Amino acid sequence: MKKLQILGTGCPKCKKLFEATQQAVKELGIEAEVTKVEDINEIMKFGVISTPALSVDGTVKVVGRIPKSDELKTMIS
Amino acid sequence: MTFSKNPLASRLTLISGLLVVWVLVYSVLKRASEYLTYSTFHLTPGSHISDAVAFFLYETPKVLMLLTLIVFGIGILRSFFTPEKTRAILAGKKTFVGNLLAALLGVVTPFCSCSAVPLFIGFVQAGVPLGVTFSFLISAPMVNEIALVLLFGLFGWKVAALYLSTGLSIALVAGIVIGKLRMEKHVEGWVYEMRMNGGAVASPKLTWVDRINSGWQAVKDIVAKVWPYIVAGILVGAAIHGWVPTGLMARIMGAHTWWSVPLAVLIGIPMYSNAAGIIPIVEALLAKGAALGTVLAFMMSVIGLSLPEMVILRKVLKPTLIATFIAVVGTGILLVGFLFNFVLSFNIL
Repeated sequence: MKKLQILGTGCPKCKKLFEATQQAVKELGIEAEVTKVEDINEIMKFGVISTPALSVDGTVKVVGRIPKSDELKTMIS
Repeated sequence: MTFSKNPLASRLTLISGLLVVWVLVYSVLKRASEYLTYSTFHLTPGSHISDAVAFFLYETPKVLMLLTLIVFGIGILRSFFTPEKTRAILAGKKTFVGNLLAALLGVVTPFCSCSAVPLFIGFVQAGVPLGVTFSFLISAPMVNEIALVLLFGLFGWKVAALYLSTGLSIALVAGIVIGKLRMEKHVEGWVYEMRMNGGAVASPKLTWVDRINSGWQAVKDIVAKVWPYIVAGILVGAAIHGWVPTGLMARIMGAHTWWSVPLAVLIGIPMYSNAAGIIPIVEALLAKGAALGTVLAFMMSVIGLSLPEMVILRKVLKPTLIATFIAVVGTGILLVGFLFNFVLSFNIL
């Protein structure tokens, strides 16, 4: 099972990325656990300085923007 | 969208076509708005209502068109910059050169105040000096491209240039001052202790098609968000243009009442608005005879010093440093206000 983490301190864009990721998981029909990481200490451990960011199985795939649906699907599949 | 084999060529063709249309429409706006006002609506030239209607019909498309063009351009420009790259450029830079670069990069680096904390920690840990980090944090919200384009559209290039250069100067000088004050001990200790993974994400290779797309995305995001504020602001401006007597504001916010500048800054700090929301107020105040320096100071304190951002930064900065930050930037804005009121009294602009 994939571990997808949305990094962000709770800004509107972080919420959007979270929703887009859930949507992408649903459309792909894959098994994945989507969680939000909102604690700043935890976020910094990923080495991310602009939010929102998406981490797939511990690897940061995108920072500071919400990728397009197709791009997002390639990242998580 | 289905594009032909060469997506870049088709996009460039589309952009050139749109640009030609843009220029053509823009060049006839004034005449079209007058034609509509006086010939179609049969309003008498010189009356209150015709002044207001002509103003609204001309300014609304003009400002929205300028905004679209500039946001598109800035969107493409910003695709060349990321906070990660900016950090790499600023790491270890000395006072002045570092501050100057930080102030300039603050204008073009995509930045959202909601990620101010991770950005601050990331900068400090990578060895960007505290004063240089502050130059960036001051310039990023204060020198705002929407404000710049609206000032240009409504008041001309001199006022826009004034805003740009003074905003950059405040970021530069305030960062240098904060750096010289050696405030490092007023940053929360855990910021320095925290372990951060160095090798973050490699930024993706962007093609020109991606850059054009991100410019277009910026237009969709920003213009869609701010147009109601702009229309509302122009409506207010139009109403004032037609009805409120000039001279009213001149007495309260004119160049000869010295206390109006500090008052404008004090009122502006707790206020929080995006740049698009504040410009209409600026327009209205200026139209009624308020002094430019006072209005500029008000605008800068609203968008440059915001309470929500201070609350966010409190996570990493101790109260003394927050207070210093507000005091230094506030003083800078105050000086800008006084300077302009002084310069303007010689009718240079």
